[in-house]
Amino acid sequence: MLNCKEVTELCSLEMEQPIVLGQRLGLAMHLMMCSGCTNYRQQMQVIRTAMQTYADGNAVVSSTDSLK
Amino acid sequence: MSNTPDLRHEDHPASAVQAISAEALIALRTDMLKFAQLQLRNKETAEDLVQESIEAALKRSSTFAGRSTLKTWVFAILRNRIIDHVRQAGRIVPASSLLEDDENWLERQDALFSERGGWRESARPHAWPAPEESMQSQQFWRVFEVCLDRLPPNTGRVFMMREFLGFDTEEICAQLSITSTNLHVILHRARLKLRACMEAGWGRPEEAIC
Repeated sequence: MLNCKEVTELCSLEMEQPIVLGQRLGLAMHLMMCSGCTNYRQQMQVIRTAMQTYADGNAVVSSTDSLK
Repeated sequence: MSNTPDLRHEDHPASAVQAISAEALIALRTDMLKFAQLQLRNKETAEDLVQESIEAALKRSSTFAGRSTLKTWVFAILRNRIIDHVRQAGRIVPASSLLEDDENWLERQDALFSERGGWRESARPHAWPAPEESMQSQQFWRVFEVCLDRLPPNTGRVFMMREFLGFDTEEICAQLSITSTNLHVILHRARLKLRACMEAGWGRPEEAIC
């Protein structure tokens, strides 16, 4: 059974490459029982989206917003 | 934006060409600098690349078709300059110091997880407010910038090469002479730290400590 620390490592790995079946099953079983890791995994996607949004210049930031 | 419609093009409404004023670009300079500096961690290089990008944007202003916002268009120019710079600069630091970059890593991991690898109660991730709405709020982005800036410099650079510049993992490994295992460790540490910082500063405003 995977622990939370191992699950966070898998959550990062799966953003980089396909994870193998055993890892997928272990992850799915853990997530069914663990709200902390479920939140963690969702937030990894939020962070990735935020990074892309920021790099595209679409973040709502700084003084220039008031100038448009 | 203070774009004035260019009347010379009114015969070609489909092209939607707009004149881009230098003022409109200069107004974006602060945001461009912040972005470049987060990635490069070097003020002078960041300023040079932003300056070059603004000049390039002015020269190429006729290619701005108005399909995206001006800021997105200029950020794409800047991002390409940063990518070229990172490629040319080659390896930034020895591979060994990439992993030692984050000297408090073990202590921090102990603060997050028990000996058996479960979340400590204080560190267990809470649900965040709806992400799409959050990204419309300045507070979200302020915390985001602060937290990115707080990543250890080399960890941050590698993470941003991946997520801001869109390098694939093979190229990052080749560029930095590290194995994919090393890279995954660095990216994981960056994400773990960034998430915890975001939660402290924004995800649980009632307990803000960031």
